[in-house]
Amino acid sequence: MITESGHFALALALFVALAQSGLGLYGARRGDDALMRCASGAAVALMLLTLVSFGALTYAYVVSDFSLVNVATNSHSAKPMLYKISGVWGNHEGSLLLWVTILALFAGAVVLFGRHLPPLLKARVIAVQGLVAGAFLAFILFTSNPFMRLARPPLDGNGLNPLLQDPGLAFHPPFLYLGYVGFSMAFSFAIAALIEGRVDAAWARWVRPWTLAAWVFLTLGIALGSWWAYYELGWGGWWYWDPVENASFMPWLAGTALLHSALVVEKRDALKSWTILLAILTFSLSLLGTFLVRSGVITSVHSFASDPGRGMFILAMLTAVAGGSLTLYAFRAPALKAGGLFAPLSREGGLLLNNLLLSTAAGTVLLGTLYPLFVDALGGGKVSVGAPFYNAVFVPIMIPLVAAMAVGPLMTWKRTDLLGILSRMKFVVAATLLTGIAVWVLAGGRLGDLASAGGMALAAWLFLGSLWEIGERSMLFRASGPEVVARLKQIPLAAWGMTLSHAGLAIMIVGIVGSSAWMEERIQNMKVGETAKLHDVEIRLDSVSEVPGPNYAALSGTFVLLKDGKEYQRLSPERRQYRQPPRPTSETAIHSTLLGDYYTVIGEEAPGGGYVTRFYWQPLIAWMWAGALIMSLGGLVSLFDRRHRIGAPQGSRKS
Amino acid sequence: MKRRLAYLLPVLVFLGLLGFFFRGLFLDPKAIPSVLIDRPVPQMDLAALPGRGDTGLKSEHFKGQVSLVNIFGSWCVSCVAEHPMLMRLKAEGVVPIHGIDWRDDPVQGMLWLQKNGDPYTRVGTDPPPGRTAVDFGVTGAPESFIVDAEGRIRYKHVGIIDERNWRQTLLPIIKELQK
Repeated sequence: MITESGHFALALALFVALAQSGLGLYGARRGDDALMRCASGAAVALMLLTLVSFGALTYAYVVSDFSLVNVATNSHSAKPMLYKISGVWGNHEGSLLLWVTILALFAGAVVLFGRHLPPLLKARVIAVQGLVAGAFLAFILFTSNPFMRLARPPLDGNGLNPLLQDPGLAFHPPFLYLGYVGFSMAFSFAIAALIEGRVDAAWARWVRPWTLAAWVFLTLGIALGSWWAYYELGWGGWWYWDPVENASFMPWLAGTALLHSALVVEKRDALKSWTILLAILTFSLSLLGTFLVRSGVITSVHSFASDPGRGMFILAMLTAVAGGSLTLYAFRAPALKAGGLFAPLSREGGLLLNNLLLSTAAGTVLLGTLYPLFVDALGGGKVSVGAPFYNAVFVPIMIPLVAAMAVGPLMTWKRTDLLGILSRMKFVVAATLLTGIAVWVLAGGRLGDLASAGGMALAAWLFLGSLWEIGERSMLFRASGPEVVARLKQIPLAAWGMTLSHAGLAIMIVGIVGSSAWMEERIQNMKVGETAKLHDVEIRLDSVSEVPGPNYAALSGTFVLLKDGKEYQRLSPERRQYRQPPRPTSETAIHSTLLGDYYTVIGEEAPGGGYVTRFYWQPLIAWMWAGALIMSLGGLVSLFDRRHRIGAPQGSRKS
Repeated sequence: MKRRLAYLLPVLVFLGLLGFFFRGLFLDPKAIPSVLIDRPVPQMDLAALPGRGDTGLKSEHFKGQVSLVNIFGSWCVSCVAEHPMLMRLKAEGVVPIHGIDWRDDPVQGMLWLQKNGDPYTRVGTDPPPGRTAVDFGVTGAPESFIVDAEGRIRYKHVGIIDERNWRQTLLPIIKELQK
C-alpha cells in the first residue's frame, strides 16, 4: 500500500511538474500574477510528492520488501540498517529518484526563500526547474521505475555490492547529487535571464549563493568519494581518473569557473554572456556526468546492454536540455549588452584567466573521458585513457592557475599594477623560493626531485599569498594594533571564505605532491611472527584470526608497528568474504599522522602458508582531505556573507 | 555576423558530440572481444547436483552438438527472471542447455531447480570460489555461452536472455552453427 502511494505520487509528480513549467512560462509571458502563484504552488506540491515517493521507496528498503524488483536486486535482509537505507540510492532507479527529489527540493526552496526575487524571474526559474524535473520524472516512470513489482518475490534479496557497504560511500552520492542538482539552479537562472534578455548585477547576486552551495556540496562529495577509494579499494590510490570520477570533476571545474565569473558580472557588469554559457555548461556537464555513468555509454552497466530504450531516452533528454538551452543561447545571448571594459592586467583579467584555465581543464577531462568513445565510434577499436594522459595535460594547466591564484585577489578592478603587487609581496616570493630549495634539499637534491620541490613551492606561494591578501587588507605590521583589529572585523565573510578556500587548495596541493612524489609500497608474503620494513617502522604480523560479521566472514590480521624496536601502533586490516552477493573485499587499516599515513592491507592466504600483505607509506596525504574540507568550509563561510543571503534586498547595509 | 557565429559555436560543438553519443548507444564498451572466443571450453569435471540423476558436466559433453551453457545460482535474483525463458527454450528444443550452478551450495541449487523448473540437459556444480566459471570468463550471473559442435566457445552473452536478444542475436548464431 505504501509502495503504491509512492508510485502514485511519482506519477502525479510528472503532471505537476509539467503544470509548473507551463504555468510559470505562460504566466510570466502574460505577466499574470495568479498563474505565476499557481506555478509556485505547483513547485511546493512537486517537492512534497517527490518526498512522499522517496519516502515510500526508503520504507520498502527498510522493511526489505522483496516484492519490488529494485529492492530484491539491491538489498538483503541481513544487511545493516545504514546500508539498507543507502541502498535506496545505490542503484540506477533509486539514484534517479534521489536526483529528482533534490531537484524538487531546490525548486521548492526558491519558492520558500525567494520572496525578494523579481516575480517574473522567479516564475521563469521555477518553470525551468519544472521542465527539468518533468524530463527526469518521465525518464524514471517510463524506463527506470523503482516501484516495479516482482510476480514471484524471492525469499531474500541479491544484496548490495559489498564495496558500497561503507559509511563513506553511503553519504557520497547524496552530496554529489546536491552538487549536481544545485547547479540546476544556476542553469534555471541562466535560461530565465535569456528568456528575459537581461543579465545584471542583481541577477548575479541571486545566482551566486545557489552556485556556491552546490559547489560546497560537490566539493565535499568528490572528497568523500576520493577518500572512500583511498581506504576501501586497498590499493593506496585516491584518484584514478576513471569516467565515474571525471563525471563529477568536470562540473566541479566548470562550476568553480562559474563562481568566479559571476563575481565579475556582479561587480563589474562584464562577462555576462560568458557567465550564462558557463551556467548552461556546468549543468549540462552534470547531466552528462550522470548519464555517462548511468547509461553505460562509457562504462557499461549490465542493465544497459539489455535496454537500449533507456539510453535513447537519456540521449533525447540531453539533447533537449543541453541542445535546447545552447540554441536559446545562440539566439538570445548576442542581445545581452556588454558591460564595463577592463585592461588585461586587472582583477577582471585575472578572473578571466582563471575561467580560461578552468574551462580548458574541464575540456581536457571531457576529451579524455570521451576519447575512447570517439575512437570506438570511428571504428578504431577499444582504447582506454589513463592517468599518464591526465598528468601530462592537467598539471601544466594547473600550474599557471595556482600561480595566478595567489596574485589575483590582490589585483584591483579595471587595471592593476602587477609589478607593484609583486614587489610588495617580496616576502612571499622569498618564502616561496626558500620552501622550494628546502624541499629540494630535504628530498635528496636530485634532478628528479625538482618537480616535487616545485609543487611544494607552488603550495607555499598560494598559501602565503592568500594570507598576504588578508594582511594587506588589515594593514598588518603597518597600522596600530587596534586599527588592524578594526580592519579585520570589517573584512566581509565572502573575503574570509575566499582566503580559506584558496589556502585550502594550497594545503591540498601539499598532500597531492607529497603522496605522489614520496609514496612507498611494500608487497610481500608474511607468516605470523615475520616482520617487514616500511618507511621508518617495522611491521610485524602478530596474529591472524577469523572474525564473523553480520553479513560476511572476515580474516583479520593484527600488525604491530615497531618504531626503533618499540611498539608504536597496532593495526587490524581485514579481508572480508561477503555472503550476499558472494564477493571478497579488503578493509584496510590506516594509522594517520600529519607526516603521513601507515596503510596496511591483508590479502589471501598464500598456497605455501603465510599471507600476502601490502603496506603503503602515504606521506602528507591527510593534508589533502584537510585541504578539501577547508576549501568547502571557505565556500560555506562565504555563503553566510550578508550579500549572499538568499534574496536579501540590496542597500540594507547597517553596521 | 561573425559575432553571432561565435554564439552559435557551443551548440554546434554539442551537436557534434551528440552524433558520437548516438553512435555510442549502439556500441557496447564492455564487448571487449573475449580472448576465449573460438577457444575450446576450459577443462572441467564438475560434480552433479545431488539427486538430479545426471553425471555432472565434463569437457567431453560439449562435443558432438551445438549447446548453450547457462551460468546460474540459487542466490541470483536475475536468474529467476530469466528462468521462464529458459523453460520455453527447453520446450522448443532448439538447442540443449547445460547449466553451471555457480558459487552455490549444490543442495540449494537443486531445491531452486525443483521449485522453478529444470530446463537443463546437464548441470555441473561450481561451488565457491567458482573457478571453472571464471575460466569461462564469467563476470556475473546470469551469463550464457554458445558452444559449437567441436566444443569451442563461439559467443558470450552477458545478462538475461529475453525474447528480443534471443531472436535477434543468439538464435541466428545457433542456427548458423547447426548448419
